[in-house]
Amino acid sequence: MTAFDAGPFSRRAWLLSDRPASRLQARLGRAYVAWRRFSANRLALVGMLIIIALLVVAAFADVLAPYSPTIGDLKNARLLAPGAAHWFGTDDLGRDIYSRIVYGSRWTLYVVILVAIIAAPIGLLVGTIAGYAGGWTDTILMRITDIFLAFPKLVLALAFVAALGPGIENAVLAIAITSWPPYARIARAETLTVRNSDYIKAVQLMGASPFRIVLRHIMPLCISSLIIRVTLDMAGIILTAAGLGFLGLGAQPPLPEWGAMIASGRRFILDQWWVAAAPGAAILIVSLGFNLLGDGLRDALDPRSGDQ
Amino acid sequence: MTACIAVEGLEVVFDRFRALKGVSLEVREGESYGLVGESGSGKSTLLRAITGLAPVSSGTITVNGKRLGKTRDKALYREVQMVFQDPYGSLHPRQTVDRLLQEPLAIHGMADGEKRIERALDEVGLGKGFRFRYAHQLSGGQRQRVAIARALILEPSVLLLDEPTSALDASVQAEVLNLLEEVRRRRKLTFLMVSHDLAIITHMCERLMVMQNGEAVETLTASQLIGHRVSADYTRNLLRASEGFVRV
Amino acid sequence: MSDTLLEVDDLRVTFPTRTGLVQAVRGVSFSLGRERLGIVGESGSGKSQTGRAIMGLTPPQAEVSAKKLAFDGMDLLSISPRERRALRGNRIAMILQDPKYSLDPVMTIGRQIVETLRTHEKVSRAEARERALAMLQAVQIRDPARVFDLYPHEVSGGMGQRAMIAMMLVTGPELMIADEPTSALDVTVQLDVLNILDKLVAERGMGLIFISHDLRLVSSFCDRVVVMYAGKVVEQIKASELRDAQHPYTRGLLNCMPRIGFERHPLPVLDRKPEWAA
Repeated sequence: MTAFDAGPFSRRAWLLSDRPASRLQARLGRAYVAWRRFSANRLALVGMLIIIALLVVAAFADVLAPYSPTIGDLKNARLLAPGAAHWFGTDDLGRDIYSRIVYGSRWTLYVVILVAIIAAPIGLLVGTIAGYAGGWTDTILMRITDIFLAFPKLVLALAFVAALGPGIENAVLAIAITSWPPYARIARAETLTVRNSDYIKAVQLMGASPFRIVLRHIMPLCISSLIIRVTLDMAGIILTAAGLGFLGLGAQPPLPEWGAMIASGRRFILDQWWVAAAPGAAILIVSLGFNLLGDGLRDALDPRSGDQ
Repeated sequence: MTACIAVEGLEVVFDRFRALKGVSLEVREGESYGLVGESGSGKSTLLRAITGLAPVSSGTITVNGKRLGKTRDKALYREVQMVFQDPYGSLHPRQTVDRLLQEPLAIHGMADGEKRIERALDEVGLGKGFRFRYAHQLSGGQRQRVAIARALILEPSVLLLDEPTSALDASVQAEVLNLLEEVRRRRKLTFLMVSHDLAIITHMCERLMVMQNGEAVETLTASQLIGHRVSADYTRNLLRASEGFVRV
Repeated sequence: MSDTLLEVDDLRVTFPTRTGLVQAVRGVSFSLGRERLGIVGESGSGKSQTGRAIMGLTPPQAEVSAKKLAFDGMDLLSISPRERRALRGNRIAMILQDPKYSLDPVMTIGRQIVETLRTHEKVSRAEARERALAMLQAVQIRDPARVFDLYPHEVSGGMGQRAMIAMMLVTGPELMIADEPTSALDVTVQLDVLNILDKLVAERGMGLIFISHDLRLVSSFCDRVVVMYAGKVVEQIKASELRDAQHPYTRGLLNCMPRIGFERHPLPVLDRKPEWAA
């Protein structure tokens, strides 16, 4: 079949077909349905645009930033107000704030992505194993989770950074360590709802090992709620990272990390408000972007919203 | 005639509730055996106990001469497979038919999967066109056919059927029952079939056991039941009920 | 005919879906006196949506239209939602398949019956209680006073369905719509419940619409049977004459079920013709 050649309408029909003829078509069809649900939500598209913009800015920071993010012009350009030469003004060391924000997007992404790839798999693994195994395994794993959940996230992160020493890598580690427990909870709850279903029993009756069942049959069902939750948490991660930076425990000078930038702008917030306001606005917009994206993903991926 | 499945004094207890209270039965090789009863009679629990899905607290189960231990090993599932009642719940919602059928082959390391999958789909009357569909793109009857294909792909000698048609429309039920009879004939399978419907059991099975509250009420041949030669009152009640409503 | 309780002419129920409008019910017409009418069909035939449309329980996104949908001379489609609500549960009642989902889990059975009664009639608490107990007795619950104080999860499926029938009948409705009232019950309990329903309908002179997938059960219970396929009525026939049904779908539906004492291998299957749905 050469359905792809026959114009846009039949390409849509090909994707939405009830009778996919190949693995690829089945997969693409599924993705297309999810995309349609996602794109029906305007705000989600806005969120996605913000995140794409963030990615683009981070990728082309060298091109987009007119000045160095770390070397300022102390003699001529201290604390200049926003203007044509310096769009967002300059800070107390004469550095261009716009350039620092552009480079800072890299650090924001660095934190967010690292935390997500460390915390989400840990949570997924702990949650699905606890939920599927039940009994003692479940009790032990979930009590450990509870211990982590008992402390406020920022306080726990502070304690870890204090122990590990300040720095952005340690901040990432500390945030990751403190943010997996909710994911474990979600994955466990999701696992409990599916572990007694007939389709899991059918796989048991194939003689599949528990490891295989968890990995190949249960995890794929937990992943969508986890992606949604992680995306919605991204804003919180950015804020925590900024909070640690603000307290001097995250990124160290002269790194252009947004939280640390606000911290250094705090001293002249009344007279030179732009020094703190510009990174603040950047954090606000990116957090909002992740939240909107997460909401949209919930519509698109939520298994409970039905496959019909 | 050898016993294909022999169950002796089987007890199943869930949280102090005795779902099965010492049930014994013997299914001969190549036979189709029915379990009839109402909800709570323990008929499905019996099937689940054989497959290891329900905990056996006492009694023995022997399949093809081998006594089953506490845990079921992989080899058993190449001899015994099961078809579930609810076709909407027994297929993984995120897997295509292809993936569903591949899984058992992968677990048991069986070769030439492509050919086997195509043959299995042909055998249940679906054909290649259904291979890459997801469960939600299938009707109830088609789903049950996929479930049957999945059970048959490991080439078992025994098929456990847990109300395989009770969730289907009458006309689809007839198609699925015909399909089951056909694969049984072709593959010389042994059936152990659970149903609440006497008519289906007499249609499908040569012998049957009537169950109530976790106990066997009586064992009959299908022709005894058809001739109303039954001894227990409970069976008589079931027979009367199966004839439909009679205004008194 | 003055005796006509319900008149349905060209009833249509349309659902919007992602791929366009879908008609679940496509021009159904029948009339009902004080009799037992069965509506039979397979899943997707529109039988339940027909019942719901009469009851006014169609989901809000769907659209109901009809040339005529009249209950006791009253046009159901033009009266206000308020008048419709007053009818519902009072003069028209409905029993659903599973009492587990249609009884309120946090209210005792007795209180639910009393509440139903007091919503529609001005009666004292004591009198309502009396009538509720009498109603529970009428559905052959042996110990009404005990069941009165039980919660729905504390009773069996059969008992729950009887309680549901009691609740629906306590206001003395003239029309009862029963949507698969016994499908979730065991066969022996099923017949008890049907017997109770049958007696009450006969005693009170109600009209009954019995919706079911089970053609044989319906034909043994009802006076007349409407057979639906793909949203349309394919045949209306007296239950006693079902054996002489004309439409191949009706005949196929009757034939394809296994029967004790009639050995047919393989079972005859339905050969669905596209023109049935046309």
